[in-house]
Amino acid sequence: MSTDKNTKTIVAKVPEGALSEKWSNYKAHQKLVNPSNKRRLDVIVVGTGLAGASAAASLGELGFNVLNFCIQDSPRRAHSIAAQGGINAAKNYQNDGDSVYRLFYDTIKGGDYRAREANVYRLAEVSNSIIDQCVAQGVPFAREYGGLLDNRSFGGAQVSRTFYARGQTGQQLLLGAYSALSRQVHKGSVKLYTRREMLDLVVVDGKARGIIVRNLVTGKIERYSAHAVVIGTGGYGNAFFLSTNAMGSNGSAAWQVYKKGAYFANPCYAQIHPTCIPVHGESQSKLTLMSESLRNDGRIWVPKKIEDAQAIRAGKLKPTEIAEEDRDYYLERRYPAFGNLVPRDVASRAAKERCDAGYGVGSGLAVYLDFKDAIERLGKDVVEARYGNLFQMYEKIVDDNPYETPMMIYPAIHYTMGGVWVDYELQTSIPGLYCIGEANFSDHGANRLGASALMQGLADGYFVLPYTIQNYLADEIRTPRISTDLPEFVDAERKISDRVERIMSIKGKRSVDSLHKQLGHIMWDFVGMGRNKEGLLKAIDDIKQVKKEFWSNVFIPGEGLDLNTELEKALRLADFIEIGELMARDALHREESCGGHFREEFQTPEGEALRQDDKFNYVACWKYLGEDKEPAMIKEELNYEFVKVQQRNYK
Amino acid sequence: MEKTINISLKIWRQRGPKAKGAFETYKLDGVSTDSSFLEMLDQLNEQLIAKGNEPVVFDHDCREGICGMCSLYINGHPHGPDEDITTCQLHMRKFRDGETITIEPWRSHGFPVIRDLMVDRSAFDKIIQAGGYVSVNTGGIPDANAIPIPKPVADMSMDAAACIGCGACVAACKNGSAMLFVSAKVSQLALLPQGKVEAARRAKAMVQKMDELGFGNCTNTGACEAECPKNISITNIARLNREFLSAKIKD
Repeated sequence: MSTDKNTKTIVAKVPEGALSEKWSNYKAHQKLVNPSNKRRLDVIVVGTGLAGASAAASLGELGFNVLNFCIQDSPRRAHSIAAQGGINAAKNYQNDGDSVYRLFYDTIKGGDYRAREANVYRLAEVSNSIIDQCVAQGVPFAREYGGLLDNRSFGGAQVSRTFYARGQTGQQLLLGAYSALSRQVHKGSVKLYTRREMLDLVVVDGKARGIIVRNLVTGKIERYSAHAVVIGTGGYGNAFFLSTNAMGSNGSAAWQVYKKGAYFANPCYAQIHPTCIPVHGESQSKLTLMSESLRNDGRIWVPKKIEDAQAIRAGKLKPTEIAEEDRDYYLERRYPAFGNLVPRDVASRAAKERCDAGYGVGSGLAVYLDFKDAIERLGKDVVEARYGNLFQMYEKIVDDNPYETPMMIYPAIHYTMGGVWVDYELQTSIPGLYCIGEANFSDHGANRLGASALMQGLADGYFVLPYTIQNYLADEIRTPRISTDLPEFVDAERKISDRVERIMSIKGKRSVDSLHKQLGHIMWDFVGMGRNKEGLLKAIDDIKQVKKEFWSNVFIPGEGLDLNTELEKALRLADFIEIGELMARDALHREESCGGHFREEFQTPEGEALRQDDKFNYVACWKYLGEDKEPAMIKEELNYEFVKVQQRNYK
Repeated sequence: MEKTINISLKIWRQRGPKAKGAFETYKLDGVSTDSSFLEMLDQLNEQLIAKGNEPVVFDHDCREGICGMCSLYINGHPHGPDEDITTCQLHMRKFRDGETITIEPWRSHGFPVIRDLMVDRSAFDKIIQAGGYVSVNTGGIPDANAIPIPKPVADMSMDAAACIGCGACVAACKNGSAMLFVSAKVSQLALLPQGKVEAARRAKAMVQKMDELGFGNCTNTGACEAECPKNISITNIARLNREFLSAKIKD
């Protein structure tokens, strides 16, 4: 990474040449590490999701000495496991006109022209290898009767390029990566550290050299060193309290490296997924996603007449009693070309628009996802074979049978496109620190297409990082193993111990969850699906109040030097509060609408997102300047050389 | 309209693996029947914290039945009384007003208690590390469609692969056997041409590791299958036995 001091812009180290030749050129000319030197080089990988596990396994196979950390009891629990629908690849097995270029183009367009062209092209390029790799590992993808792999369609594409394993694709891909990782653990090239949570990055002479972690069973603070550190810790969607993320998913590792000097890019780009089970009440702890694949066959609607919507909300009318001509299939009406398969941001906003206008069902914040036509067309058996586990999941939660009465869905926070800034090599602005998977900002621009998160996580871990990190490590072969007795480690550990001590000693009256819910309401109301200047300014003020309340009135029972689940949550919440503020700040500065970031002041007469390309065609990279100081914003200009930037059109 | 119930909870509390544990009883009022079982425990913990007490410790993460992190023996059943779901998918509408609910950790030699309802299941990782994989490195592999696999075979493999590694099978078994878990992984891979090559070797290595870690023998009671939240079939155990036998014959 290099910063041009005069223009304050960032250079992403994109290789020269035609789009389709950049990655080949890079690989042909990068530095490599020979086998005997690999053994002498330590790499820390934090996280064991698709990105972390695939990276740790691949680096172990190459011969590096890998230390791999996760907060759960086993690497197999990482939240990648919950991804349902599928993984994209440009195989064109369906002969429907797919290609690497088309996958690249759909991803750039889906991201509303806010991603880096070269990264996205590389992602599309390696997508096919991912499918090959997973099949070789024994991932049981869905197959046709002829024995070849089956595909389904996902939002934002007009081809069928999504590979899947029932409604459990993330699980199967993660278990594939986990098995590859387990093989390396057996071989001794990867050492696993479970129930360990990273609490700080250690930087020595400007280079990432280690991490400080808390052992979640004993509460002890531990030091680990390496020649390079890789962060693969997922997104920060839980800043909203209610999201589809797992309870333990957090943004703390990303936040710690930001505070150590890594840029945080586009924090305001959060994805709101259109098909989640609506909120049931105040005791709700998380939201459950219903896979986007349901939109292949389900049709989304609300009543056409407002009095019907009112009667349904009052429990006086059932959805099945509403005649066909009285239903408003609003996605098909507004977007005839893509219909129910418009991208997630478009579908979410359309649902909000109908509910805000008074046509919502259920509590008023829900729309129908109806399989009546699919069941008539295909038969119940086929629908069950495709979506059975999702229907079962819905029925267990809502106590309603979706084969007979339409599902109710509403948008919820699902994924964060923003994250730690990385260059073409996935290196952050701190030398020797890499960031992969959802934790980085790289490939999805302002909106991620369905089935692309799995693709990106595995692309980074299997096929990109194991190459690019060698370009750095090749210059580290003379660096002996790093001692954890260096003053930088001692100092970092002391600061973390002090932080734990400080939180424990507040002994106030508020539980961590009550404060987290308070933050979540602010985020959802003002930094959610529709944002405006006034609301964002209020959010920043309100979040500051939550921060003050946290640091003066939180209560943590038990001891710091012990297993303490409340303390774990408190340490994460302290970071979420600050992440939430930066999200609001970024959303405020970006005076345009793009992808998942919708500023109400900037919309077309039809209510579509209105970008301001002349002013905002850049990645906003936030640089930490110190506690209670406003961060600086540095731009990485996005120069579209190969794609013509235009308004997205799914009509 | 939201309906609420008042319940009593009899919960196992234990400071650590060596400490003596005991049941504690708690009253919890105003539990929404729409809330999940774990949301009910969140509510209990909020009540405990409000009084300055330590919360009940339990493992949980995705809360949608796929990560395998949640456990709990509820009224004598792993993952509670409802069928085909994990504890996190269990909802309070399955319980009556005034009911006493007994909650215990997985009880098995292979899974020592860490604190309260949280247990150590790292033995499962060790079994997978012993051989639960196809020995391929990243890259250098054939095209995904190079080897056709009959759909029924792929489907059967997927049925076995659905295991979430929660450990309910071990907890349900009077012998504390891990055979259902091991057989699910062995079957998933042995059924596919990619995994067939090492099938016998894999079965042997995983069974050896399972025995070494102190899991009990299988006596075909079928309790594991009955309590499995993912419906993993005990026919997988028969397949494991076949692979294991073939490895023994080759020795």
